[in-house]
Amino acid sequence: MTEDMVQFIARRLAISIVVMFGTVLLAFFLLSLAPGNAAENILRAERLNDPRLGEVEIFMEKHGLNNTMLKQLGQWFYMLGHGNLGTSFRTNEPVTEEFWARFPATFELAAASMVIACLIAIPIGVLSAVKRNSLLDHGSRIFALWGVSMPNFWMGLLLILIFGVKLGWLPTFGYGGMDHLVLPTVTLAIGMSAILIRLQRTSILEVLNANYVRTARAKGLSERVVIGKHAFRNTLIPMVTVIGIQFAHLLAGVVIVEQIFAWPGIGHFLVDSINAQDYPVVQGFVLMIALFFVICNLLVDVLYAYLDPRIRYERGR
Amino acid sequence: MREVGEAMGPIVQALKKNRLAVIGAGILSVLVFIAVFAPYLAPRDPVELNLAERLSSPSWDHLMGTDAVGRDTLSRIIYGTRVSLMIAVVVTMIEVLLGMIVGMTAGYLGKAVDEILMRIVDVLLAFPGIILALALVGMLGPSLTNLVIALAAVGWVRYARIVRGSILSVKEERFVESARAIGCGNLRIATRHILLNIVTPIIVLATLSMGTTIISIAALSFLGLGAQPPMAEWGNMLNEGKPFMEKAPHLMIFPGLMIMITVLAFNFLGDGLRDVMDPRLKEKVEV
Repeated sequence: MTEDMVQFIARRLAISIVVMFGTVLLAFFLLSLAPGNAAENILRAERLNDPRLGEVEIFMEKHGLNNTMLKQLGQWFYMLGHGNLGTSFRTNEPVTEEFWARFPATFELAAASMVIACLIAIPIGVLSAVKRNSLLDHGSRIFALWGVSMPNFWMGLLLILIFGVKLGWLPTFGYGGMDHLVLPTVTLAIGMSAILIRLQRTSILEVLNANYVRTARAKGLSERVVIGKHAFRNTLIPMVTVIGIQFAHLLAGVVIVEQIFAWPGIGHFLVDSINAQDYPVVQGFVLMIALFFVICNLLVDVLYAYLDPRIRYERGR
Repeated sequence: MREVGEAMGPIVQALKKNRLAVIGAGILSVLVFIAVFAPYLAPRDPVELNLAERLSSPSWDHLMGTDAVGRDTLSRIIYGTRVSLMIAVVVTMIEVLLGMIVGMTAGYLGKAVDEILMRIVDVLLAFPGIILALALVGMLGPSLTNLVIALAAVGWVRYARIVRGSILSVKEERFVESARAIGCGNLRIATRHILLNIVTPIIVLATLSMGTTIISIAALSFLGLGAQPPMAEWGNMLNEGKPFMEKAPHLMIFPGLMIMITVLAFNFLGDGLRDVMDPRLKEKVEV
């Protein structure tokens, strides 16, 4: 660890802390956006008719909704300090427990999608760079443009229609064995691989012009060794960082896909909570997802600086 | 604005040589035509019920079939074009305006103001866009207006970044210095001399993000958080058609196809614009 590096990491850490603080504030103010009286809305949703006179007041007292904004903000920070994100109106369970109970399912889906996306994208990306302007290259370009333009919820619906409803090969909803994982994973992997293919292609094209590749060729190494050993390995650093950042995006992107496939993850629960006006869950889940995002980005930055000393100084702002 | 027109001239010329950009622009002009003349093009009223003809498959009478309450899918698709394009344009306009105000303030005033505004931008960028938009609509309540507010509240940050960056790079340029030397005020320098230099990156970003905005509108409406029934909106139509997937797959296919075509067209045009406006990038990519 050089001094520059310590400085770079300290700086990134400081910025991340400021961002996290802002995120916490933003999550707090989210709650005040809700129109009307939250207590009344929730009680009405629970009983299916208007709550009785005293009930709203009792509910508000219980959940601290009567306090001033500043006091509520203080309570919010106090709660967070104790790892407490409040209690779900709907299930009466702590929000953090609801989150961690569902996180593994979401993580499983996101991780599986990322693996499939890499398996598709890396070989195709390398090949279309090596055989530039070939049929394969043009095909992969069209696939990539199509992949990013395809709304993932429509992709999911089409896969359900074809493989679930028409052919009956795969289950279309719920959580279970490997077969349940196939359709939602493919749905997410297609869009992700579209991004990664272009990136892998560009990275290879960039290193192919580097001096060490020319040297390797001049030594008379076979094209296979030049690409596989010298070129490909040097594209790994940018690829790993992008994969890290995209993984965080993937965790966020699963929300709608989970809804379509009734996958019991955080996205599915979040949408259900929005529909049920379960505000503490919405607030807490959004905060958790954002914090996860910030931490992912920080880790990627640190990893990047560690792996590639050339970039360190430029990236520090 | 005359200067902007002049600056765009060569760009339009260069764009014409980019095949995908031309295709994108062509598709978009057709879509805009459909949106503008929807009432003349649609064979039926998009919200008119016809319970005698529920879930009928595509036929000469109903080219794209009918939905669960007998509404003509083709007419709804045509009116849906109007909703998607209009909402996307409104969202983008608000984003650009907000982004310019914040970005120019930050870049021009610098120091503490810049630091504070950019940290706010950092916080908003820390949220995955769709999640924050989802939470905002969830809190504000589902409606098309709230959808616009939520998407714009999330999307302006990228413009603010770009505008700030351009201002920082342009601020010390000689032409700005000379303008100041001949006694131009801050506002005049900002509007006449700097604005002109940030128009191109804004146009590129706006075109490229139109596709994402259209997907977000459809996605949130699909979840029931945007356009409300009986409005004809593509995401909404997919949501309503979902339970009848087996009996009436056409309800699933046409709205999705429209979303995909529209997004594809914006991406074609946006990619072309980016290549033309930033030739360095193209050189780097194509080596």
